[in-house]
Amino acid sequence: MKVGVVVFPGSNCDHDAYSAFKLVRGIEVSYLWHASHDLEGSDIIVLPGGFSYGDYLRAGAIARFSPIVKKVIEFASSGGVVLGICNGFQILTESGLLPGALIRNSGLRFVCRQIILRVENIESILTAAMKQGTLLKMPVAHGEGGYFADDETLIKLERSRRILLRYVDAAGVATAGANPNGSINNIAGIMNDGGNVFGMMPHPERACEATLGSVDGMQLVKALISQVAGGPVAR
Amino acid sequence: MKYSVIVRILLKDGVLDPQGETIGRALQDLEFDSVSKVSTGKLFRLEINAETEADARKVAGDAASRLLANPVIERYEIEVAR
Repeated sequence: MKVGVVVFPGSNCDHDAYSAFKLVRGIEVSYLWHASHDLEGSDIIVLPGGFSYGDYLRAGAIARFSPIVKKVIEFASSGGVVLGICNGFQILTESGLLPGALIRNSGLRFVCRQIILRVENIESILTAAMKQGTLLKMPVAHGEGGYFADDETLIKLERSRRILLRYVDAAGVATAGANPNGSINNIAGIMNDGGNVFGMMPHPERACEATLGSVDGMQLVKALISQVAGGPVAR
Repeated sequence: MKYSVIVRILLKDGVLDPQGETIGRALQDLEFDSVSKVSTGKLFRLEINAETEADARKVAGDAASRLLANPVIERYEIEVAR
């Protein structure tokens, strides 16, 4: 099992993602440079957080045209598993692999704090083996994380249960106060039609060790790996 | 012929514009009572070598739809200066 973490100029969560996936026994993780045309046989591609190309123009707008992302689009189109976290999610919406867009936080501030997510659909390879409504604690850190999509797209996403994660309060309720960025319907993470491309603004890779305040992110990492590997995994 | 083409990007109606709203409130504080709404956007000036104005406009339109604007949240207008 091989995981490829893409590195753009301006990525800053690439090492966190590398470390998180490395925690799973037997997993090989490698960095893939943005100018490369080779996914090096990766089974899972991770687009990490950060500020690729300085967030110039729009977050993710330039990264979308990089050589490696062209390969990632081909990979995803043929069913390859791709996880975009934070800036990675922005790149996936800009490239059209996921619907909608991430816009400036409603409060205008860069938000960096722990939030709580509710798992909305356990029939995905990212959320498998969890219970419906499971609450996960992990950080967000972004200035442009407000999820936006037009009404038609939203209805489609809701009906096909492609909204996987929502921002909620400690009681598990999706309130306005629990929404850190003004995302429509408190949306924090979605998947594509095919169920192989995932985008989320919160950072599971920064919640994989107890010293970091939460290990809940590991549940997503392990679910993804075990589903792709076709069997349980050990830490 | 070299054309100077302005591409203006604005958020589509219905897309939250927290910057515009904040600037609008600041203008209210400065007693610009007649200003009822502020919208933010981006402006690009492209220098384009083209045979005709229509060609220059087409190049700018392609650039806007492929890269400069995100059609999910933004719309654009093109103006040829010369």
